[in-house]
Amino acid sequence: MARRGSSRRALRSAIEGYLYILPWIIGFTAFTLGPMLASLYLSFHHYSVLGAPRFAGLDNYIQALSAKDPLFWMSWGRTWGYALIFVPFGLSISLTLAAMLNQQLKGTVLYRTLFFIPTLVPVVASALLWRWMLHPDIGLVNYLLWELRIPGPRWLADPSTALLALVGISLWASVGGSRMIIFLAGLQGVPEELYDAAAIDGANWWQKFMNVTLPMISPTIFFNLVLGVIGALRVFSISFVATEGGPAYATWFYMLHLYDNAFRNFLMGYASALAWMFFLVVLVLTMLQFKLSGRWVFYAGEEAKD
Amino acid sequence: MSAPAFAQPRGSIVGARGQRALGRIALYLIVTFLAALFALPLFWTVTTALKTVQELFVFPPTPFPQTLQWGNFPRAWTFVPFGAFYWNTALITVLGTLGAVLSSCLVAYGFARGRFPGRTILFYFVLSTLMLPPEVTIIPKYLIFKELGWLDTFKPLIVPDWFGGGAFNIFLLRQFFMTIPRTFDEAAEIDGASSFRILWMILLPLCGPALITVAILSFLNHWNDFFEPLIYLNSPHMLTLSLGLRHFLISPADGQPKDHLLMAAVLMAAAPCVALFFVAQRYFVRGIVMSGIKG
Repeated sequence: MARRGSSRRALRSAIEGYLYILPWIIGFTAFTLGPMLASLYLSFHHYSVLGAPRFAGLDNYIQALSAKDPLFWMSWGRTWGYALIFVPFGLSISLTLAAMLNQQLKGTVLYRTLFFIPTLVPVVASALLWRWMLHPDIGLVNYLLWELRIPGPRWLADPSTALLALVGISLWASVGGSRMIIFLAGLQGVPEELYDAAAIDGANWWQKFMNVTLPMISPTIFFNLVLGVIGALRVFSISFVATEGGPAYATWFYMLHLYDNAFRNFLMGYASALAWMFFLVVLVLTMLQFKLSGRWVFYAGEEAKD
Repeated sequence: MSAPAFAQPRGSIVGARGQRALGRIALYLIVTFLAALFALPLFWTVTTALKTVQELFVFPPTPFPQTLQWGNFPRAWTFVPFGAFYWNTALITVLGTLGAVLSSCLVAYGFARGRFPGRTILFYFVLSTLMLPPEVTIIPKYLIFKELGWLDTFKPLIVPDWFGGGAFNIFLLRQFFMTIPRTFDEAAEIDGASSFRILWMILLPLCGPALITVAILSFLNHWNDFFEPLIYLNSPHMLTLSLGLRHFLISPADGQPKDHLLMAAVLMAAAPCVALFFVAQRYFVRGIVMSGIKG
């Protein structure tokens, strides 16, 4: 009797459990899993919204990979170029700012706030703000350079500087944000004894940083590195607003290419293939993260225990 | 978070006092310089927003307007349907955030306390969507919403939030629920409380900070979102702020430069997020640090 009662209770509680997560199950099916599969299906078809999808085999993938679409590899190049400049600079600037804020300065809160505020400005707003700052003729940046007797480049209007200018804007808009705060928390978590021990061994501040601080927060750095690369590959709004992919395709990022094919040319099949190739790249990066970082594994172990 | 680690003057072992003081001064100078550098673009935005058209083109540029043109703000507000943009953004943000908070609460509770087969596997699915870039699913989602006749409405920007509330929010709240001892629930269960009552009366009052964190992150995401509104919204009166700001660039009604009005509009668009930060600063920091734990 008692067993039957408890098994009925278990059944009821299981049903209740499913009810609580039901919203997610519906949302996941309708807005994530379903679209993922639909996108895979579409990537093997020609589809222009009008009419039914026509089977295309591997055409879409071949068109992209065989450079029949010259913008495909170019947009990957631009995107990786952006990510590989932005991420290392972003991480090291964030870490430097965090290390400076961790020195018990007076007014730390004010400094932290000043570094943080740019990250609150909506991306579109900061793109527009910097268009104005970087105006070749009447922008503040080129005026300041003029004062220093440095000829100012044409920034967003010049193919050779546009990408770097976007990196700069993104750095301004992100280095004082969450990454800096996470690093600051990480730095504050380094045990004092380690520094004391290093000091007794006669280490200077640089040696302490390299031999104590860096190893202690390396998991945080690594996690943010991979996540940062994935985030940077998704770059879209800043170039869509500030340069519209130009000049001369200098900032034609992968997501811009996807958007252009999907929502301007309505090549939904081809754009789906682009989306899936992007997904595969992100998947590889994520697996790299899993493989190289022990912290997720540790987390998973906790999970199983419960 | 543990106590600040650098508080004690460790340097006394290392070097002379004077050298240390010099180092401190240098550090202050560098940090102040950097902070000024970060603030400069915002200062310039404010200055520009308060200038006349003529002052925009003065060379060398003047750091302050001759007279403060406060009229630029109402002018920017009426130059484009800014009121509508503001209202649309606020509506999407509030309804989306509400959905995200309520929905992620229920789901996180299910994952934290429920006992049902497949729970661990399903939770791995939640975690896996954390890494999934939303752009990958955007095309089918667009086609679905097109079929439903939801294009050019706010529904595609709000409704998905009510179904799950975002993987990260679920993850964060579940972590929080799991720090609350199960004995709390069990005591209430003995008193005959239903599971929903336990969530509502016992767990939720204990996770105020986590809920506020989720609400803030969701608010910022909705307010700043550009990609999805760009795809789903078309009509001028349906646009959000992020989309509408571009109208200062693409609609030069009289051919006159609009940069001062644009800067005023930029400030008005950013104001709610900055204000939210000052009101709820410690929740920002807490939320960010929690998201870092994810590593």
